[in-house]
Amino acid sequence: MNVNDFDLICRILKDRSGLTLSKDKAYLLESRLLPVARRWKLTSFDELARLVRGQPDETLLCAITEAMTTNESFFFRDAKPFEQFQSLVLPRLLEARAHKRTIRIWSAACSTGQEPYSLAMILDAEANKLAGWRVEILATDLSNEIIDRAREGTYSQFEVQRGLPISMLVKYFQQVGDRWQINAKIRDMVTFRSFNLLNDLTPLGSFDVVFCRNVLIYFDQQTKSTVLARIAKQMPNDGFLYLGGAETVLGVSDRFQVVDGQRGIYGLVPPGAMPNPMIVAAV
Amino acid sequence: MKSCLIVDDSKVVRMVARKILEALNFRIEEAENGQDALRACLQEMPDAILLDWNMPVMTGIEFLQELRRTAGGEAPVVVFCTTENDMRHIQEAIGAGANEYIMKPFDSEIIESKFAQAGLL
Repeated sequence: MNVNDFDLICRILKDRSGLTLSKDKAYLLESRLLPVARRWKLTSFDELARLVRGQPDETLLCAITEAMTTNESFFFRDAKPFEQFQSLVLPRLLEARAHKRTIRIWSAACSTGQEPYSLAMILDAEANKLAGWRVEILATDLSNEIIDRAREGTYSQFEVQRGLPISMLVKYFQQVGDRWQINAKIRDMVTFRSFNLLNDLTPLGSFDVVFCRNVLIYFDQQTKSTVLARIAKQMPNDGFLYLGGAETVLGVSDRFQVVDGQRGIYGLVPPGAMPNPMIVAAV
Repeated sequence: MKSCLIVDDSKVVRMVARKILEALNFRIEEAENGQDALRACLQEMPDAILLDWNMPVMTGIEFLQELRRTAGGEAPVVVFCTTENDMRHIQEAIGAGANEYIMKPFDSEIIESKFAQAGLL
């Protein structure tokens, strides 16, 4: 792969999705884009680059972006964030929103749906506490194709065995051929739509909980800061932001700080206050 | 160090599972059918049992029913690991007292994830 081709594709990815690829990711670019090249009846990455340089159609540019931004996902990924959601975040919101009886949750890069469905299963398990409440889960991803798959909620045998306890498979899934579909009750708890994180978030409304895990790592510093600042604007002062295990707000945003020493969960820095350096440093 | 009894009539499966579980710090015993497994359990109850379904002499589900009736036999965490991958078998296994269920083929990630869920790691 020549440097110009690499730069060309990187520029497209950056513009369309915010994804930043370092030079050492050339292998990733090539391995993920070869299947796209084949779909366009091309035999190599070089030919694909030539087509992009010439007269690319929108579907090709979309396919390239989708191939590079689709990431694997598991049910209850990393386990702990979901335990915290059930034991800390939800009880606090039940108290804080007792008068409004409304909770809005956003899964900001939901991929094939495992994250929002994991949350929906937890909410179902807590249904007795939520009687009379309106809990909304909005799940978004850049890719239309991925959103369609997420909405269908059908997974391979391999996918339902990573992170999902067997008791939950039995309770919430049905077997369709050699695949497993999450049942309609859980599917109906989640609203899916495609959305680019680089867009204005205002139309999405305000969220009490935002899951934005393992997506900022693909952005450069400036883009990370911008996205976090926009999320901050869509959150009430007592809202919760989840980032991935390897992510931090340190040096990227001074609007968020770790909640109660709970790794991975962030709250807004109160208006007028400085972020607590002790808390931030604990990340 | 926790102990795990691997019950499978396939030597290859036992070997692969042993490698994965030894890496997770388990002390391994092996049995090639339910009857051998029961004998091993009567000598010493393991902390965990990775259990195939279809085996000659005594099947996995027969072994599990027998185990749960045995004194001390409620203790081991039993993880089925079988090519039986339909809801009916899964429900039967849970009904008989299985704690987790792996549908073959498996890899180290699935074993690790299931053992973690069953509280073994």
